[in-house]
Amino acid sequence: MSHIGSYDSRIKAFDWSISEKELDYKQGNTINIGWYCTDRICQMGKADKTALIWEGMIGEEKRYTYNDIRIASNTIGQYLRDIGIKPEDRVCLFMDKIPELYLGFLGILKIGAIAQPLFSAFGDESLFIRLENAQTKAIITQKKHAPKVRKIIDKMPFVEFIIIVDHDPSKPLGEKELSFDLERSPRVDKFEIYPTKAESPSVLHYTSGTTGQPKGVKHVHYSLISQYLTAKWVLDLQDDDIYWCTADPGWVTGTSYGIIGAFSNGVTQCVLDAGFSAEAWYRFIEKHRISMWYSAPTAIRSLMKAGDEIIKKFDLSCLRHLASVGEPLNSEAVIWSEKVFGKAFLDTYWQTETGSIMITNFPGMKIKPGSMGKPFPGIFATVVDPETFQPYTDSGKIGLIAIKPGWPSMMRTYWNNEETYQKKFKNGWYLPGDRSSIDSEGYFWFVGRDDDVINTGGHLVSPFEVESALLEHPSIAESAVVSKPDFVNMEVVKAFVTLKPGFNADKDLELDIMNFVRKKLSPLAMPQEIEFADTLPKTRSGKIMRRILKAKEWGEEIGDTSTLEND
Amino acid sequence: MEDMKEIIRNYVIKEYVEDDTVIGFDTPLISGGIVDSFSMVSLKRFLENKYKISIPDDKATPEAFDSVNKIVNLVNEFIK
Repeated sequence: MSHIGSYDSRIKAFDWSISEKELDYKQGNTINIGWYCTDRICQMGKADKTALIWEGMIGEEKRYTYNDIRIASNTIGQYLRDIGIKPEDRVCLFMDKIPELYLGFLGILKIGAIAQPLFSAFGDESLFIRLENAQTKAIITQKKHAPKVRKIIDKMPFVEFIIIVDHDPSKPLGEKELSFDLERSPRVDKFEIYPTKAESPSVLHYTSGTTGQPKGVKHVHYSLISQYLTAKWVLDLQDDDIYWCTADPGWVTGTSYGIIGAFSNGVTQCVLDAGFSAEAWYRFIEKHRISMWYSAPTAIRSLMKAGDEIIKKFDLSCLRHLASVGEPLNSEAVIWSEKVFGKAFLDTYWQTETGSIMITNFPGMKIKPGSMGKPFPGIFATVVDPETFQPYTDSGKIGLIAIKPGWPSMMRTYWNNEETYQKKFKNGWYLPGDRSSIDSEGYFWFVGRDDDVINTGGHLVSPFEVESALLEHPSIAESAVVSKPDFVNMEVVKAFVTLKPGFNADKDLELDIMNFVRKKLSPLAMPQEIEFADTLPKTRSGKIMRRILKAKEWGEEIGDTSTLEND
Repeated sequence: MEDMKEIIRNYVIKEYVEDDTVIGFDTPLISGGIVDSFSMVSLKRFLENKYKISIPDDKATPEAFDSVNKIVNLVNEFIK
């Protein structure tokens, strides 16, 4: 029996107090995510239950009980407090998916500081922009990523500590650097957790927009109320489940469901800190008897690409429930997963700003392959007219997805950018920036983004950021960046550039530009294709018309070109 | 052959390794997290430019790019 039971009954009788009651939380009380994910589970008699099974790149394994993660997060929290980290200070986690990332996240929250996880593949420019915006006080990282931090440390007077969790003692530490070895640190059993309240800030995740720099999405400890219940009802986390969320905590899925949702529900979760390979993933599922698997369409399509034969080498009968997030899950992938695993991946829709699942397919619900499903109980979602922001009453009409504000895990603001935050609301609705329709049975059908942001492999890339980085390459005079379709990643980054005099458009230059952007921003932002052009389409006022370039890539109508220069 | 191995290994070290991680000919590159799936595109482009070949997308799999030795085998398939 699934936790949600009947969706219709839940909708009728829903109130977020259901979650509050299950978590023994009363309005006005202290609420600290770090405590709920560790100490509370221990107090419920599960101290010896396995909380985390971690496997590294060369197959090494570490296991932690709930008591272990309670003590480890206390230990990290105590260390941070001792060096002078105060409540609401921003502490960046810049690491691969190693245990210290998960334990550090909880430790930061336990002292009331704000966790700022950043994807470890970010280049120095991407890192700097996000750290500067947050005025981050400390960075916890690994020796392999420290060189990127060192490259920019002189520009960051606000950073007081760079904490390296695997420092080689035979080498000197650099400026502001500290060595912290969790396994050699005195274990802190008794720890005074900071009494955060519902609106105390907890996590700062960065997300990209069409224009301007990345925005820091501020979440608060009360987000737990949404994350706990959606993990329970949508991911259907049962007490005996072995759960695997494949997302990196540098992105919101990796924290909302790879840490908070999982641990607050007291389940055993697995983490594989290794690059993608179909064989390695299937072996991991078989070895750890994974029963609940939360992954992404890009990964699912990569598995499809690897073929069905390889699956026969593994016993995957342990899989009980599958779900997907990050970008729309195409119907072919749903049908394929039913065929090869005997279970359909259930699509879930949400974003960094929403903090938890908004529209989704539920266990036991009729699945329409390709549909996003229906709103989570307590979430009032619709589709509105893009001009008037009034909800459509006819089914099948394409408009903007709109959600009534007020759910517990909704972002509270963009860090230092309240003006942009306010623009996300129209006519009393929060607009995530996606287009969809709703069918006669209330199922949502994703259509696309309402802006130029590129969703590649479930990660948002700002064309503006990539264009700016391209212009820093010595050969480039002008740049325009759009998405192009891709089977595995749904969309990838494509750049159009014009060159300065003296440079020749050739394959070596193309590769040089690709690597330049990859190192500066991130591998996600690297254009997978660069087209050299003599000119770029512009309006008469000189603005580059990305719309025209994008339409060509997608084989769509170019539309109105009346403002095009030289038309 | 040895020359190609060294060229590819040196390129991987230069482009994808930030610290002093030792890269051997059998070091797992993709499954070891040294080269991610997005960066694989730039590595493929390097091989195509350097050896004047074209590697079809269905052959450019994470498995085929998972070590210097495997990459050398792949490149040799397409060198005429």
